[in-house]
Amino acid sequence: MIPLSHIIIFSLIIFTIGMVGALSRRNVFIVLMSIELMLNAVNIALIGVSSAMGNLIGQVLAIFIITVAAGEAAVGLAIVVALYRNRLTVNVDAINLLKW
Amino acid sequence: MSWSQLFFYVFAVLAVIMSLMVVTRRKAIHSAIFLILAFICFAATYIVMNAELLAAIQVLVYAGGVVGLIIFVIMLVKAEEDEVRQTHGQWIIAAFIALILVVEVAFVFLGNLVQRTGNLAGKMAQAGGNTEAVGLVLYTKYLFPFEVASVLLLAAMIGAIVLAKYKLER
Repeated sequence: MIPLSHIIIFSLIIFTIGMVGALSRRNVFIVLMSIELMLNAVNIALIGVSSAMGNLIGQVLAIFIITVAAGEAAVGLAIVVALYRNRLTVNVDAINLLKW
Repeated sequence: MSWSQLFFYVFAVLAVIMSLMVVTRRKAIHSAIFLILAFICFAATYIVMNAELLAAIQVLVYAGGVVGLIIFVIMLVKAEEDEVRQTHGQWIIAAFIALILVVEVAFVFLGNLVQRTGNLAGKMAQAGGNTEAVGLVLYTKYLFPFEVASVLLLAAMIGAIVLAKYKLER
C-alpha cells in the first residue's frame, strides 16, 4: 500500500503546477487547462484519503467534482468563444473590460 | 516494493512530467495533447487507490470529453503569434503561493500525517465491487446532491448554448 503522505504530496505537486500555470500564463486555454489540473489534484487527494480511511465518501465527492469540472469547462469555453467573437483575442491580458 | 507501489510511483512521476509540459508548452494544442496524457496517468494512479470506477470516469469524461471540447474550441479560434510573451506579471504572485505550497509539502513529508485506519478493499468486496459500492452510497445517502449535480449540468448546458450562440432572435 502507498503511504497516505506520498499521495498527498503528489496531489500538492500537481496543484502547485496547475496554480502556477493558471496565474502566470496568458493563453486563456492554458489557464482553463491548469484549472482542470487543480481540480484533478483535489480528486487525487480525496481518493487517496478515501482509500486510507476505508470509506467511499471521498470517491462520491470526487464524482461530484468531475461533474462540476465538466460544467465549468463547457461554460468557460463558451465564454472564450463569445469573447473571441467580440475582441478577436485569446490573451488574458487583453480581456480587461471589467478591471478597475 | 511491491508491483502496485511501483505502478503508482511510475505513473505519479509521469503525471507530474505531463502536467509540467501542459503549463510550459507554447502552443495551446500541444498543451491539450499533454493534458490527455496527464489525465490517463491520473487514471492509472486511481486504480492503485482502489477507485476503478473513477479511473474509468476519468478517462471517459476528462480525457475523452473535456479535452475533446477544449481541442474543438482551440481549433475554432485563430492561433496567437508565437513572438508574444507567454507569461505576465502575475508570475511573482504565483511563485509566492507556490513557495507556500512547497513548504506545505515539506510539512506533509515531515509531519505525522494520519495513518491508514480502514480497509476499503474488504468493504468493496462485501458490496460486490467498486462500482456497486460507490453506487450504493451515491444513490441512497447522497441522492439529493446527485440530483442537484444533474440540475447543475443542465444549467451549464443551457448557459453554454446561450453564451456561444451567435445572435439571439428577438
